[in-house]
Amino acid sequence: MIKTKRLLATGIALFALSMPAAAGTLKWGASRDISSLDPYSYGDSFALGVLNHAYEGLVRYDRNLKIEPALAASWEIVSPTTWRFKLREGVKFHNGADFTAEDVQASLLRASDPKSPLRGNIPSYKGSRVIDAHTIEIDVATNYPLLLNDLTTIYVFDAGWLKDNNAEAPTDVGSGVEGYATYHENGTGPFKVESRQPDAKTVFVKFDGWWDKPQHNIDRIELTPIASSATRVAALLSGDIDFTDQAPVQDLPRLEAASSQVKLLEGTDLRTVMIGFSQRDQLLSGAPNPMKDVRVRQAMQLAIDLDLIQKRVMRGKSRNAGALVAPQIPGYDAALDEPVKADPEKAKALLKEAGAEGFEFEFNCADSLVNEEQICQAVASMWSRVGLKPKLDQGTRAVQTPKRSAGKVDVYTLGWATLPMLDTYSLTSQVLHTKEGSFGIFNWGGWSDKEFDEVTKASAVELDQTKRLAIEAQSLKIAKEHALMIPLHQQPLAWATNAKIADFPLFSDNLPRLWLVKM
Amino acid sequence: MLAFLIKRIGNAVLVMLTVAFLAFLIFRFLGDPVEMMVNESATQVERDELRARLGLNDGFLVQYARFVTNAAQGEFGLSWRNQQSVIGLIAERFPATFELVLIATFLSLAIGIPLGVFTAIGRGRWWAEGLQFSSIVGVSLPSFLVGILLILIFSVTLGWLPGYGRGDVVRVGWWSTGLLTPSGRAAVVLPALSLSLFQITLVMRLVRAEMLETLRTDFIKFARARGVRRRALWFRHALKNCLMPVVTLTAMQVGNLIAFALVTETVFQWPGMGMLFMQAVTFVDIPVMAAYLCIVSFIFVTLNTLVDIAYAVIDPRLRNA
Amino acid sequence: MTAIEPVKSSAPPSRLSRVFQSDLWWSFKQHPSAIAAAILLAVLIGTAFFAPWITVQNPYDLASLDLLNAEIPPVWMEGGQWPFLLGTDVQGRDLLSAILYGSRASIVIGAASVAVSLIVGSVVGLVAGYYGKWADGLLMRAGDVLLSMPTMLIAILVSALARQMLPPYLREVGASGVIVFAISLSAWVQYARTVRAQTMVERNKEYVQAARLIRVSKWRIMLKHILPNTTTPLLVTATLNFGLGILIEATLSFLGVGMPPEQPSLGTLIRIGNQYLFSGLWWIVLFPGLQLCLLVVSINVLGDWLRDALNPKLR
Repeated sequence: MIKTKRLLATGIALFALSMPAAAGTLKWGASRDISSLDPYSYGDSFALGVLNHAYEGLVRYDRNLKIEPALAASWEIVSPTTWRFKLREGVKFHNGADFTAEDVQASLLRASDPKSPLRGNIPSYKGSRVIDAHTIEIDVATNYPLLLNDLTTIYVFDAGWLKDNNAEAPTDVGSGVEGYATYHENGTGPFKVESRQPDAKTVFVKFDGWWDKPQHNIDRIELTPIASSATRVAALLSGDIDFTDQAPVQDLPRLEAASSQVKLLEGTDLRTVMIGFSQRDQLLSGAPNPMKDVRVRQAMQLAIDLDLIQKRVMRGKSRNAGALVAPQIPGYDAALDEPVKADPEKAKALLKEAGAEGFEFEFNCADSLVNEEQICQAVASMWSRVGLKPKLDQGTRAVQTPKRSAGKVDVYTLGWATLPMLDTYSLTSQVLHTKEGSFGIFNWGGWSDKEFDEVTKASAVELDQTKRLAIEAQSLKIAKEHALMIPLHQQPLAWATNAKIADFPLFSDNLPRLWLVKM
Repeated sequence: MLAFLIKRIGNAVLVMLTVAFLAFLIFRFLGDPVEMMVNESATQVERDELRARLGLNDGFLVQYARFVTNAAQGEFGLSWRNQQSVIGLIAERFPATFELVLIATFLSLAIGIPLGVFTAIGRGRWWAEGLQFSSIVGVSLPSFLVGILLILIFSVTLGWLPGYGRGDVVRVGWWSTGLLTPSGRAAVVLPALSLSLFQITLVMRLVRAEMLETLRTDFIKFARARGVRRRALWFRHALKNCLMPVVTLTAMQVGNLIAFALVTETVFQWPGMGMLFMQAVTFVDIPVMAAYLCIVSFIFVTLNTLVDIAYAVIDPRLRNA
Repeated sequence: MTAIEPVKSSAPPSRLSRVFQSDLWWSFKQHPSAIAAAILLAVLIGTAFFAPWITVQNPYDLASLDLLNAEIPPVWMEGGQWPFLLGTDVQGRDLLSAILYGSRASIVIGAASVAVSLIVGSVVGLVAGYYGKWADGLLMRAGDVLLSMPTMLIAILVSALARQMLPPYLREVGASGVIVFAISLSAWVQYARTVRAQTMVERNKEYVQAARLIRVSKWRIMLKHILPNTTTPLLVTATLNFGLGILIEATLSFLGVGMPPEQPSLGTLIRIGNQYLFSGLWWIVLFPGLQLCLLVVSINVLGDWLRDALNPKLR
């Protein structure tokens, strides 16, 4: 009897799986997989973006990347260092539990745990107090205008669920014990996870009890990682996938030509690609570091032909940059955004003047930016043409990151989108500020300038938006005068969808928000 | 026989201990685990704490003993990349690789044996020599290039077969199989073909050599003289004689196929152990690399030992070897 | 020292050359495929070796690349330009130059890995076979361990991990060294086993006993008398491993753990080109792929012929 039952069950499972995908299924071919279902497992924007379909924060970005209420209905600043949030009532988790202030507190505790990789996303967080079931107060270290931006990626877990499954703390790789949340999901979002096979397929289905009125008409999302860009394009053309958030720029003409099957969504990413320099006394080779001289940095900038890179490597799809942040980012100043014209002769003259002709250096390159490998080779070739001797050190991001954060670089690439904060302060505090405490974590070159640090800090405590943006623009101006980093471009953003999809909003932070998609 | 068994198995255990030692060296000394695990913003104190928690301050032998004990129980810790138990990750991917290797092996026998027989009995004819020559081309083609070409032709240009992934899979207990769904069966064709190409030529050349050898022996000559039909000779007697070496080769090659599958899996995005390993290489996910090395070697050593023992059972003279 | 002379003549120092004068040369002339392969291989190796003198560009010199020349199709196609006979890649590298330089890298790495494993394998085999006892046990067990892991796996692991440990100033020259090491690490065992078996046979032969009696040094006996007897099987193995080495190098580079993109080998070119396969830039993959196949096929055809010619039983 039991045997028959099991057979029957298998039969049903077989039947269910072999059924053609129902209407309302969106097949998403991404360039990589998320590493875990736990949003607090890796501070990686892509994974957080995917998991945003199942989990939500107190606030979220709307269609225009402006902050709007999500799990919090409203908020007020009660003192410079205390924010009070009124939470939305009637919100249910996927397991049916009610959403309360306890859940927010448990989540903040989990995210700010010493072992949490997401801790850097809420640098100013100090503590929280539950006032009543739907009110919570959050304390921050200083008066801090960007708390809301930070909270967009602090997704809320169900406190009871965390406790029941012994997952109140984030997974500790060192302990060798798997975390429950790595495999299981229980958020409040518009979709819930139905099944997951790592590196093969993750299936989300519509959550009927979502608190918000759905604007989408998707029943099911199937996320499949397809690393090879050529294969991804082929899958899109053959209808195997309905959407990709990484259409390779070299294949865009081909996709454009197939406009009856495929719709292209193009824009420029918020991510600015730039090149940074070591400011230490010595290069990796032990030789004295000529790049401490501003003339050398300027010469290296003059050697780079941005137009040529834009035209050839990026196939006309990128936007040449003069500033270190994209125009959409608060703090951007158009006056600083004039791209530097290539002038190899002047570059050679400057190098000669600085006595730095033909010096050798390591050029540390990773693989996470659009066509990064090609950009690096092109830039290295341009430097070679003014007599410098760059040595390319190309590797995957995982290989290069430890070297970079240990400061073992001479010259390096960096792409900075100011995510999740979407403010210039993200760049100035994390990339350009002197490395100390939670500042300058991505200041891999070891740059340090008192004046710059003061201006940056001043921008962090200024609660008046207009004044704050002016201070931020000033800090960017200092960076430009010192040629601290060479901005190259904002990288192209290219999504491609099945032509049948009616409305698919494009987001310049390169994170699809499928709850706004109409098929 | 018992002495032989003990010696052979002892040997295998020794080999595995050494492999585990190498894996341990990789695990412990290549790529600082602490650097890989902590947040970029972690302070020195946090790093030291983690170092102590991981037991990295213990003596070398203590750490090795712990590694071997854990490995013997299938405990390889958590992957640094996705915080899942390494053995779980590998177990999850194993069915995909196993099915791919199984079908590739099947293809290599189903295609390789007939081709071997034909090239043997047609020796000297142009078509047999042509086949024999093309088998050299077969072993010379890099399997990634074969994969790329298969995708280009059958998947992109003709659109007949999928060029990535495993299609729909069905779970049967902890096993996941793609062989029960149409899309799963379609997806396995190209990768299996590309993986088996090398093996096909290997089987074909072995069968040919063994057939030629057998056809020269006296018993075949006598049989021929007694008027046994040629066809019967070829297929009933000669072929039967070369099956043993073919089975041996196949068993010994399974390990190699699993290792080579990592190239095929990378090209075809086949979610098996090989792709897991290549991703681990990309992410410097050392626990996964160490575990993969141990497990593939274990499969390899076990198969080789079994083949040796099987031979000793069949041919007692080998027991003293 | 003169006393050694008669012993020397009993050993066959000129065996190889004699073979070439007789059977082997005769067999070679009988096999058109072997002749064709030899000619092809000579052309491929020759053009690769003389690449710096016959190419229009040094593709390893970053200063010689110009993005303005990127993605030019082969000359016979619309948009093709001289002197880029086979077109250019995405960095403006002349593809023919890159292929010839890449072949040079592949050939040098293949040959070096054969040389290293041949030397290591022979020494280990001689020592193990001649001394026996614990030396034999230790060396051969080490071989067992290495053979218990698939060659490709070892090569990937070693190549991926060792390259990271290289200090920066060694990386440029180190890349090819690491690959040679990664390939040789398990390849030597095959040679060692062959030499060991032969050594154990020769060790007890009269001429070796005689040499011992007159106190010829052990190493001299091993190198001058025993080793030449193993030439035939070693030659065949070496030829086939040469092709295999080139294949492994190409695979490593294709997987991204081999030669770096600024010093592309054939495998690296294929890896880079693979991203553009469907973008209409088919020539970046096709020509290096073709060159790689021709190279390995010609070596393997020669190796195959050599094995059959030296082992008549197989024919």
